[in-house]
Amino acid sequence: MLKNSQSRYGMVSIVVHWLVAATVFGLFAVGFWMVDLSYYSSWYRTAPHWHKSVGMLLAMVMLFRLLWRFISPPPAPVASHKSWERLTAVVVQLALYLGITLLVITGYLISTEDGRPVQVFGWFDVPALGQLFNNQADIAGVIHEYTAYTLISLAVLHGLAAVKHHVIDKDATLKRMFGRKP
Amino acid sequence: MKKLLLAASMAAMMAAPAQAADYVIDTQGAHAFVQFKISHLGYSWLYGRFNTFSGDFSYDAAKLTDAKIQLTIDTASVDSNHAERDKHLRSADFLNVSKHPKATFVSTKVVPKAGEAFDLYGNLTLNGVTKEVIIAAEKLGEGKDPWGGYRAGFAGTTTLTLKDFAINTDLGPASATVQLDLTVEGIRQ
Repeated sequence: MLKNSQSRYGMVSIVVHWLVAATVFGLFAVGFWMVDLSYYSSWYRTAPHWHKSVGMLLAMVMLFRLLWRFISPPPAPVASHKSWERLTAVVVQLALYLGITLLVITGYLISTEDGRPVQVFGWFDVPALGQLFNNQADIAGVIHEYTAYTLISLAVLHGLAAVKHHVIDKDATLKRMFGRKP
Repeated sequence: MKKLLLAASMAAMMAAPAQAADYVIDTQGAHAFVQFKISHLGYSWLYGRFNTFSGDFSYDAAKLTDAKIQLTIDTASVDSNHAERDKHLRSADFLNVSKHPKATFVSTKVVPKAGEAFDLYGNLTLNGVTKEVIIAAEKLGEGKDPWGGYRAGFAGTTTLTLKDFAINTDLGPASATVQLDLTVEGIRQ
């Protein structure tokens, strides 16, 4: 089943979820590491290039993901979830979406202030909008950094909450995201 | 009304008491440049400049040794024609501009050499470090400009070792030093 049903996640949502999760943690790790690379490191040019390329591809996946929510809305919350749990889950998930969006936008703004496009693995260019505000690269850089730390903290919280549901509450929350029956 | 205000302010400026410095560097008309070049990997030159700075000098051709200059550079205005690189240059890896937004040069003495050339000694403060530097300078020319003023222009160059100014990021053996090129045109006050 590609689409989500009332009680189960479909393959599309599941694959995209785990793909985005792996990408976000991967980008965070690479970003954290690459900013301190020395000039003569063989990764000095490659790591930022890949980081930006993957970031731009992630933006496309997120746009698809948003579209997919309308085509195939997610299943209803697990019945045993308390109302505060449902609310917290929604708020954190929304924050995760916003965080990724903000990271993609600020990352793009760092790289494109001088009108240079973002090259995605040499496959295609994402055109620049140039300088949209003063001190763009610096301001976007600071926001990018703090958003990254916030996002990764929320992602860990989101993951721990899923594990808590699996281990302590013994409900289907985590299993559903692996396509198992509730 | 605008013209009147402009005229009034110009009159006020002209009426202001004579300043200690004879010349103000023409940053208004951008006839002055603070540029640098540094080797890239030992294979080519990377050029950059500081877009925002100000300064003045006193100069009398007959008393060259009395000449003085002071220059203040806004380090955040570094421009190497690449926004991402400029962001990196402004960071703590290089110029640390949030902590040291200004770089200054204040001359201490002038040692004349042959012709229009001279050595300009002074204290350069960059990245919070003050160090004496010697700028190999020469007068390029002076005289009346076509708009009723009087101008004098100089060029100077000096080589800075990055580590001397606590810029410790390793750019490779060919890039330990940066050449600073200054061209200043002053308008006599």
